[in-house]
Amino acid sequence: MTAPMLEVENLSLHLGEGTRRRLILDGVSFSLKPGESFGLAGESGSGKSTVLRCIAGLYRHWTGTIRLDGEPLAARPEKDRCRLVQMVFQDPYGSLHPRHKIDTILAEPLRIHGMGDVDRRVDRILTQVGLGPRFRYRYPHQLSGGQRQRVAIARALMLEPRILLLDEPTSALDVSIQAEILNLLADLRTELDLTFLLVSHDLAVIEHMCHSLAIMRAGRIVETLSRETLAHGTPEASYTAALIKASERYDRELAGVLARED
Amino acid sequence: MTTSTDPLLSVKNLRVRYVSSRGVMDAVRGVSFDLGREKLAIVGESGSGKSTVGRALLKLLPGSAKVTADTCRFEGTHLLDLSPKAMRKVRGHRISMILQDPKYSLNPLMTVGEQVAEAYRVHHPGARAEARERALAQLAAVKIRDPEHVYGLYPHEISGGMGQRVMIAMMLIPDPALIIADEPTSALDVTVRMQVLAILDDLVKERGLGLIFISHDLNLVKSFCDRVLIMYAGQVVEELKGSELDEAKHPYSRGLLASLPRLGERRERLSVLERKPEWLIEGASR
Ligand SMILES: Nc1ncnc2c1ncn2[C@@H]1O[C@H](COP(=O)(O)OP(=O)(O)O)[C@@H](O)[C@H]1O
Ligand SMILES: Nc1ncnc2c1ncn2[C@@H]1O[C@H](COP(=O)(O)OP(=O)(O)O)[C@@H](O)[C@H]1O
Ligand SMILES: [Mg+2]
Ligand SMILES: [Mg+2]
Repeated sequence: MTAPMLEVENLSLHLGEGTRRRLILDGVSFSLKPGESFGLAGESGSGKSTVLRCIAGLYRHWTGTIRLDGEPLAARPEKDRCRLVQMVFQDPYGSLHPRHKIDTILAEPLRIHGMGDVDRRVDRILTQVGLGPRFRYRYPHQLSGGQRQRVAIARALMLEPRILLLDEPTSALDVSIQAEILNLLADLRTELDLTFLLVSHDLAVIEHMCHSLAIMRAGRIVETLSRETLAHGTPEASYTAALIKASERYDRELAGVLARED
Repeated sequence: MTTSTDPLLSVKNLRVRYVSSRGVMDAVRGVSFDLGREKLAIVGESGSGKSTVGRALLKLLPGSAKVTADTCRFEGTHLLDLSPKAMRKVRGHRISMILQDPKYSLNPLMTVGEQVAEAYRVHHPGARAEARERALAQLAAVKIRDPEHVYGLYPHEISGGMGQRVMIAMMLIPDPALIIADEPTSALDVTVRMQVLAILDDLVKERGLGLIFISHDLNLVKSFCDRVLIMYAGQVVEELKGSELDEAKHPYSRGLLASLPRLGERRERLSVLERKPEWLIEGASR
């Protein structure tokens, strides 16, 4: 048995103040072996991004256990965590500093972590994400959406993490650009031996990228299933079955059923 | 005069050129199609000119856009010849547009019910009480469960799917013959999307409307639309039945389909789209 690379056990989190305080995550558990890719799917507001934010250290008041490479997240110093796990966001526009050149954006994590050999590392990563060193001197607004997402991926890889948290990394892109980014992520996964936790509302994207997945609803995991179960459309929960069917094609009858249920 | 065999909308050689200090941009280059009482999809990558086609029909483009067409006839009227005033009438009464994000189309300071009622009063001046009744009926018609409750909510208090239904309710008040929907469900969850599509589908079937459905989601239009126009760089490169989309022949259409991951049809790698200048029927002037 290989030890898990990422383990989440009974993760719960409240957000909001006073009367607006609400339970956002309610006992979420899953685990990923090294090199495995795991998907989180579910409707908007179900808590997918919040799970990633807990793992990335953006929230600290959760309860439960998160283990990275066997050690509890809470016990790891922040620098340590950053070198193990990095996050890529949906919006390649919002996540890159508009007035910094790509060079500065990519060198920053190295600087913070006191890592040397900056020039060579920046050039190498730009080549790895399919852009090449000449992109160092551009600004984010001089890049297309797909190129920006490549830079965001490059930045996440600067500290050579083992785990990438990918939050809807292709939702803002055209299908053809999405294909390029998904292919890139699959190549990087093999080359760099990465473990992926991928959030998407698109089940076809999850099936393409992930070995298994969990369906979330209202802060809970409804069901964890394998890629094969997803592909064959044979989940256990009726909610999962409805999501799969609704993703496959337009179906007037199914629409009627969904309308009666909500 | 229109006869029953005439199409609802007939567009021939529609062209749109944006002129700015940075130069000219031919965004739509000779698009032609007929629309009956059916669901017609316009698909293509972003920038291919889909929204520009939709907005040109409604004369909603900025002054920098130069629009020409050999024919642009709707219910016997030549749309491009209409005065702004006459066009406003067509826009409000006979052709309606739904946009991707209802948040930008609804007034944040007014309850959604008042907005639907106001839309009614614009077309039927008179009693407030009647407008309210009609608004409630419209909300029910778009399958909103508790219209009385939803009537009093502000746009920020409702979900995206509900907002989209409210938009459709508003748009139906004047009883339009043609709906142009620009990515109306792109921001919605799959289950909500299905319900919004069902409302549009029923309108086409029951009221005999024509629907232009602008989308980048090939998978969806395949099962939802009767016909599909595939746009590339301002031109329609291929036209197919929705159900025959998978048999598309044009290399651009084939490329788009192959780049799409599909449930139950996993491939190791997704194909990456090629773009060739020779696909353009006329010389590239971009
Ligand atoms: N800072 C916050 N304060 C209060 N509620 C929040 C906050 N951030 C997110 N939420 C709520 O948490 C729930 C889950 O959000 P999120 O994780 O972003 O969902 P998803 O990524 O699945 O769309 C939503 O209902 C959202 O409104
Ligand atoms: N107001 C405008 N001025 C100049 N160019 C524009 C304007 N609106 C759109 N364009 C250009 O026209 C082309 C088609 O745009 P659009 O119709 O929005 O495409 P789509 O809806 O298919 O994404 C794009 O290259 C876009 O940049
Ligand atoms: Mg999210
Ligand atoms: Mg558009």
